[in-house]
Amino acid sequence: MLRLPKFEVEKPTTVDETVALLSEKTGDVMIIAGGTDLMPNMKHELFTPKKLVSLAGVSALFGIREEAGALVIGAMTPLDQVANHPLVAERAPALAQAAGLVAGPQLRRMGTLGGNVMLDTRCQWYNQTYFWRKSLGFCLKKDGSACHVIEGGSKCVAAASNDTAPALMSLDAKLTFANADGQRELLLDDLWKSDGIFNKKVPPSDLLTEIRLPQREVKHLGAYGKLRDRGSIDFPLFGVAVRIDIDANDVVVDAEAVSVALQARPTRIRKFGESLVGTTLGSPEFEKGVQAAASLGHKQCRPMPNVPGDHEYRHAMVPVYLKRTILAAAAGAGPVHAV
Amino acid sequence: MRVLELKINGDRVEVAAPDHWTLLEVLRYRLGLTGSKQGCDKGDCGACTVLVDGKPELSCLKLAALSEGAEITTIEGLLPLHLQAGGTGPDPVQDAFDRCGALQCGFCQPGMMLSARALLNECHSPSQAEIKKALSGNLCRCTGYTQIIEAVELAIAERVGAKNS
Repeated sequence: MLRLPKFEVEKPTTVDETVALLSEKTGDVMIIAGGTDLMPNMKHELFTPKKLVSLAGVSALFGIREEAGALVIGAMTPLDQVANHPLVAERAPALAQAAGLVAGPQLRRMGTLGGNVMLDTRCQWYNQTYFWRKSLGFCLKKDGSACHVIEGGSKCVAAASNDTAPALMSLDAKLTFANADGQRELLLDDLWKSDGIFNKKVPPSDLLTEIRLPQREVKHLGAYGKLRDRGSIDFPLFGVAVRIDIDANDVVVDAEAVSVALQARPTRIRKFGESLVGTTLGSPEFEKGVQAAASLGHKQCRPMPNVPGDHEYRHAMVPVYLKRTILAAAAGAGPVHAV
Repeated sequence: MRVLELKINGDRVEVAAPDHWTLLEVLRYRLGLTGSKQGCDKGDCGACTVLVDGKPELSCLKLAALSEGAEITTIEGLLPLHLQAGGTGPDPVQDAFDRCGALQCGFCQPGMMLSARALLNECHSPSQAEIKKALSGNLCRCTGYTQIIEAVELAIAERVGAKNS
């Protein structure tokens, strides 16, 4: 039995009320969206805020809509709605697939897109009970001073484990945050910093209100691939989102891939598109380009023993999943996952 | 401590609980509804699954203070709700689990049956792949999945048969 530490719950109904509550006592107040990650983390005493501000009653944060060509998703929209919404499937297939592979059915109904974007980093030495962590002498990320992933390491390498983040990054998503000073928009790429202790540049007192996918000028194909032990429930051991832009003749004009569950932030695979641009989908040149892109990913993506699963196995799976995900995107299929 | 107004298995109940109590704790330790099981208590196993407005959610990760206003169905509610809807005997899902021997230790069964009930409410004759997907958030540590899936298939087959006859 895991009990929650004591706290009080606030239930605001507007963004303004929420922002005011969050600016009250920094450090002692936390946001609860779906609670599917926060609750276990609090049961493990990774967070012990005195007050939780629930977003469940803030109706402005829910829903999926089109706005001047952009697809706008409220931060509190449940993941199963994102996964099953026809607009998302049509405009952002990689996102629909990634949202559909987060955890299991119950958690996708409770968990939200905003919550998945703002997810805490994960590590096999961190996401454990207080007793377990204490027995080990704690770790860099919480209560201790040693890293158990990299011996002698002074920088936390807990892994970004949000399936939707790479999909959103592949589509150049922008986030809107609200705080007491007003609203601001931020490119998702600019949200991250390479620090496993807290991997975001925006303070936790800022409220993510919506996620905006800009209109794309060129037709694109997309898919998400997720490596995990079981076909459900688990966080990614490696995740990759692929976007392929094509012209009217199926010639690749641009391509992007973004990986997750390797290091503290989701990462773009550099020069991923080089071997694919100019080739025609399904042609021998394209197949060759896919091989080259998969090899490039294998060189750049280097798993560490931060999340469960053998890291050498995870590394060996990088080109396998990358190749399958590119081919799935090209075929208008996906997601790529076991079972 | 706050007084919560919850709607559980068709009844309105007033219950006092501290803010840091989960819905599962209120169900088990305030209301005596021990059918919802406390398994991993951190969202992995699905033993605490309840229906919230007809859809399966995990009561171990849901705060009771944030459960007001929703229709909550626990395993204890399946039979009375079936009778209320004009049925006789247990819910067809419960009956099928019983007849298929879809249990070993029984700990996962309430969650399994509620996930299956939600699937059957949503879809008239789901495929085996859809059944597996719907139950993929519920773990059976005895690994008795074969009979569990057979039970859901039996409940579906009898429903389809009843409609066709």
